[in-house]
Amino acid sequence: MAIQLERDDVDQAKGEWEQLTLLPFMERRPERRSSFRTLSGTELQRLYTPTDVADVDYLATIGFPGQPPYTRGPYATMYRAQPWTMRQIAGFGTADDTNARFRFLIAQGQTGISTDFDMPTLMGCDSDDPRSEGEVGREGVAIDSVDDMLDLYRDIDLEKISVSMTINPSAWILLAMYLVAAEERGFDWKKLSGTIQNDIVKEYISQKEWVYPPKPAIRLVRDTIVFSTRNLPHYNPVNISGYHTREAGSTAIQEVAFTLAGGIGYVEEVLKLGIDVDSFAPRLSFFFVSQIDFLEEVAKFRAARRVWAKVMRDRFGAKKAESQRLRFHTQTAGASCTAREPLNNIARTAIEALAAVLGGTQSLHTNGYDEALSIPSEPAMKIALRTQQIIAEESGVAGTIDPLAGSYAVERLTSDIEAGCFAYFEEVEKRGGLVRCIEENFFQQEIADAAYDLYQRKERHEWELVGVTKYRDDTGNPKVELHHVDEAASERQLKRLRATKARRNENKVKAALAEIARVAQTDENIMPATLEAVRARVTGGEIVNMLKPIFGTYVEKPIF
Amino acid sequence: MPIKVLVAKPGLDGHDRGAKIVARALRDAGMEVVYTGLHQTPEMIVTAAVQEDVDVIGVSILSGAHMTVFPRIMKLLEERGVDDICVIGGGVIQENDVPKLKVLGVREIFDADATTQNLIDGIERVVAEFGRARKRTGAATPAS
Repeated sequence: MAIQLERDDVDQAKGEWEQLTLLPFMERRPERRSSFRTLSGTELQRLYTPTDVADVDYLATIGFPGQPPYTRGPYATMYRAQPWTMRQIAGFGTADDTNARFRFLIAQGQTGISTDFDMPTLMGCDSDDPRSEGEVGREGVAIDSVDDMLDLYRDIDLEKISVSMTINPSAWILLAMYLVAAEERGFDWKKLSGTIQNDIVKEYISQKEWVYPPKPAIRLVRDTIVFSTRNLPHYNPVNISGYHTREAGSTAIQEVAFTLAGGIGYVEEVLKLGIDVDSFAPRLSFFFVSQIDFLEEVAKFRAARRVWAKVMRDRFGAKKAESQRLRFHTQTAGASCTAREPLNNIARTAIEALAAVLGGTQSLHTNGYDEALSIPSEPAMKIALRTQQIIAEESGVAGTIDPLAGSYAVERLTSDIEAGCFAYFEEVEKRGGLVRCIEENFFQQEIADAAYDLYQRKERHEWELVGVTKYRDDTGNPKVELHHVDEAASERQLKRLRATKARRNENKVKAALAEIARVAQTDENIMPATLEAVRARVTGGEIVNMLKPIFGTYVEKPIF
Repeated sequence: MPIKVLVAKPGLDGHDRGAKIVARALRDAGMEVVYTGLHQTPEMIVTAAVQEDVDVIGVSILSGAHMTVFPRIMKLLEERGVDDICVIGGGVIQENDVPKLKVLGVREIFDADATTQNLIDGIERVVAEFGRARKRTGAATPAS
């Protein structure tokens, strides 16, 4: 970045500054800690200078927005054309309950929809499954059949707004339900834009929602990518996610490295079918957390784009620029929110949201102040959305692209995170690849170790939480009004499910399930048979259970 | 004999960060710890607790299903005639549910801010008050 002459001058001048200014000052006023570390534990230098970025070649590694390696952003104009999509996740109770929340958020200026499903739906259980008791509609919306999907997005124009669905082991079924619901309402699949999380790899690594073992589960992801490439030109068939890995306690480097390792795994799986990498890679999408350590997070987002561009170009020979372009959604960090003094979470979330924006996110969910206590209330979601709107409209940061580029500290951190990612990719290869690393708990142990390390740093007061470990006010914890759990929602959902089952043709149901079972035992794409089953009102749980004897089920060896 | 704790993750909830940290912190503090792993039914948890002959079942739950899960565990313990295993819990449990859980016989609920020392003190206290009349040596202390 800096030319050699300048660098020598800077080094010399820095040495003089240390002698003349720094040391005498520190004698009078010592620093308050012997070292300062990022949330991930990386030691920060006191001061970064051009010398620290002397190895960073501007044109090759930073470059321009909208061009590989995309360090400065995936698009040429970034937020000057339009701000990031403001996408608050919502989901509770029945489809009707959640539909009302969606419409509230849209009325408040939200520009995308994001759907949270309840635990049974996430795990492929119908609402009447014994394992679902107590969890139906509790921390997300209950979706058993396409009838629920129709009501979930009722009166929302699916050709106009992009819809994201957070669903994993049963993602291919929910995608089929979404497509059949769109079809029955007369929408054109080619005009649908949106994203399905469908990232099973990170389930084994960190979120822990699974049904089948990794190999057949990754095949299901492959099938949705291939189907989507052919039929859904504006849809993201997978959202490769680091959010859950970081929330489970990983470092920033682990978050990016394990996420992109999953991405590499999916690309390899699709390539085995002889499909051209440039035909599907542009639709791969990503999802990261934005944690509280501002500079580290900005650097992380920038590094993630650069690493993926290099992986796609060098490892997979992607020719199209779009194949090398990493686009991502961000959610602020639930794990950073505290149950004590919950309104403090508004400040935390604002810092995290700003980091996501300065890191170049494409869409953003900001957490409610009640995140550590329950699923969000309507007032909490409104302030969270307003936080994004204030950043977009008032802060001024959306007016220039990647404004922290060239910061000595941010560029150094960016390059260090990049190097850390490539070191992990090598480690994964050395250990026999992605699936073996999952089965042998490599990622899981790395995350558990990092989580415990941070926990111990908190206990030693090396990482403070305001209002909790420092400045704790023991006179009482202010109360906030929380989301009211509707105990009757579960019964309403069971009634809906019974009504769907009473209306359908059981012969068609049996035939559709038999066809899915047949396809599952071949290497054919699972999507067409799943769409047929969904049209016949087969439920998600019925499809998931049908395939258990064929695919087997996954059990994790517990470690801690 | 060190206090033996079963750290249990019931239901469909996959949030295991807290459970694993607690398991490790208690082990480092000198307790004997068994971790069930994820997706356990109340039956599996109670069976494991009896087989492992633990002093304490520590239930970690963040899904909101605690008012379903805890009553089941307490009922199963009662049905099996177990009255000397202390049940404690942690996770995302709203304050107004805590008294209801205590009425059911859950001995202690720890919130997300609990320190290792709070956990150790709490566990030692409930075991001393409600646990088995075993002779114990070497009270657990936190690792440095």
